[in-house]
Amino acid sequence: MSDQPLLRAQGVRKSFGSVEVLKGIDLEVRQGQVVSLIGASGSGKTTFLRCVNLLEEHDAGDILLDGEPIGYRVENGRRRRLSETRVSAQRARIGMVFQQFNLFPHLTAEENVMLGLTKVLGKGKAEAREIAGHWLGRVGLEARRAHYPYQLSGGQQQRVAIARAVAMEPRLLLFDEVTSALDPELVAEVLGVMQQLAGSGMTMLVVSHEMLFVRDVSHHVVFMDGGRVAQAGPPAEVFDRPDSDRLRGFLGRFHGMFGGVRH
Amino acid sequence: MLDFSMTPGAFGFEAWQSRWSILSGVGVTVASSGLTIVIATVLGILFGIALSYGWWWLRLAIRLYVDVMRGIPVLVLILFTYYGLALFGINVPAFWAGVIALSGFATAHIAETLRGAVQSVPQGQMEAGKAIGLRFAQRLRYVILPQAVRRMLPPWVNTCLEIVKGTTLLSVIGVVELLLASQQIMARNYLIVDFYLLATLLYLIINFAIAQIGGVLERRFSYLRY
Repeated sequence: MSDQPLLRAQGVRKSFGSVEVLKGIDLEVRQGQVVSLIGASGSGKTTFLRCVNLLEEHDAGDILLDGEPIGYRVENGRRRRLSETRVSAQRARIGMVFQQFNLFPHLTAEENVMLGLTKVLGKGKAEAREIAGHWLGRVGLEARRAHYPYQLSGGQQQRVAIARAVAMEPRLLLFDEVTSALDPELVAEVLGVMQQLAGSGMTMLVVSHEMLFVRDVSHHVVFMDGGRVAQAGPPAEVFDRPDSDRLRGFLGRFHGMFGGVRH
Repeated sequence: MLDFSMTPGAFGFEAWQSRWSILSGVGVTVASSGLTIVIATVLGILFGIALSYGWWWLRLAIRLYVDVMRGIPVLVLILFTYYGLALFGINVPAFWAGVIALSGFATAHIAETLRGAVQSVPQGQMEAGKAIGLRFAQRLRYVILPQAVRRMLPPWVNTCLEIVKGTTLLSVIGVVELLLASQQIMARNYLIVDFYLLATLLYLIINFAIAQIGGVLERRFSYLRY
């Protein structure tokens, strides 16, 4: 089964009212890969990510995780929406880190990580606390485990959010512009944690505007434009041989960040 | 006025003479308020959740209930529960008729308050709960309600104070709560201002205590900052 991609999207479409935001997305993420989605605002990157985790329901096409369709099952040739319990079980296999962190403000850093472990995975308090401690340590926040979110900086909050997602041992981890809400000096610490995760073999699907990070860490880069995949390939190819004016224009905005890499 | 000497006809003497009536009145006021607060809080939270997340027909039904309850004077509600239900052969003791009417009214307020509090919890909280695989009931219980209840506290304390003051209306259907107990005493000794002042003071003490409890709860849940 090693040639079956962990995540496969085929012809994924999504409309909000009369506006079609995704116009047939095809995309694959293989085990252990880091795939990055880049593109202008409104190109559908975030919407696609949200469809993968069932925060939005796609209208057409398939999103397969380990070959299993996300969000619905096929019965007598017809799509039927999965029950809340099944949807939740699918979501538990996919972690997500948000732009706005979305830590639970009424829980400490440790409790934030523990909630899913105890309530979703059914682990005991002691074991959950141990796992939480381990992952908070991995993101460099062991000393902050008893702090509430409001007592943490943005970068620290985002690292807790990453620990919360990773601790669930998801098959796939989604990152939705996780550094966009951070002060510039806090971006590096979060990217550092992500780089370390990528290095440990975590499968990641990343929406980001941090082009240096995308170029250095991704195995595969997908440029989205107007709800379609406009170009996809290894970072060297996408960044060095953009095959459309739109991609050249998009990358041009990051001019100067790449030194001599770009033309 | 307010002659504290222990001679017959003086306030001090008359107050001591009627101490058990007053205490019993306080007891009835506290009991009816307490019961109403508990019932209205429990029902109000359930109704508020239904208003936020219920099926459309449930939302519609509760919306209707809330708007009707908020639109009717509490006194009319009390009279209806006591005399109106009797017309249909349902005899409710005055005390319970009062508690039911007040609860019906306060439930509507708390339901609306909770709905507002739930809606003020950022959308991202629900999504974060989804992302770690919590089911709907779990998201509600572990993520949304703890935050909504904290936001609900200040208006909830307001409603509790209104309930305590609302129990004075039960005097109309013959429940001898603090106000009616005081009036009965005045009818014997004509110390009208004195005993109204005493009743006022006792109401203030009860409500001050509730406000203090509210303050303690708010500090207890002070983690909720963004």
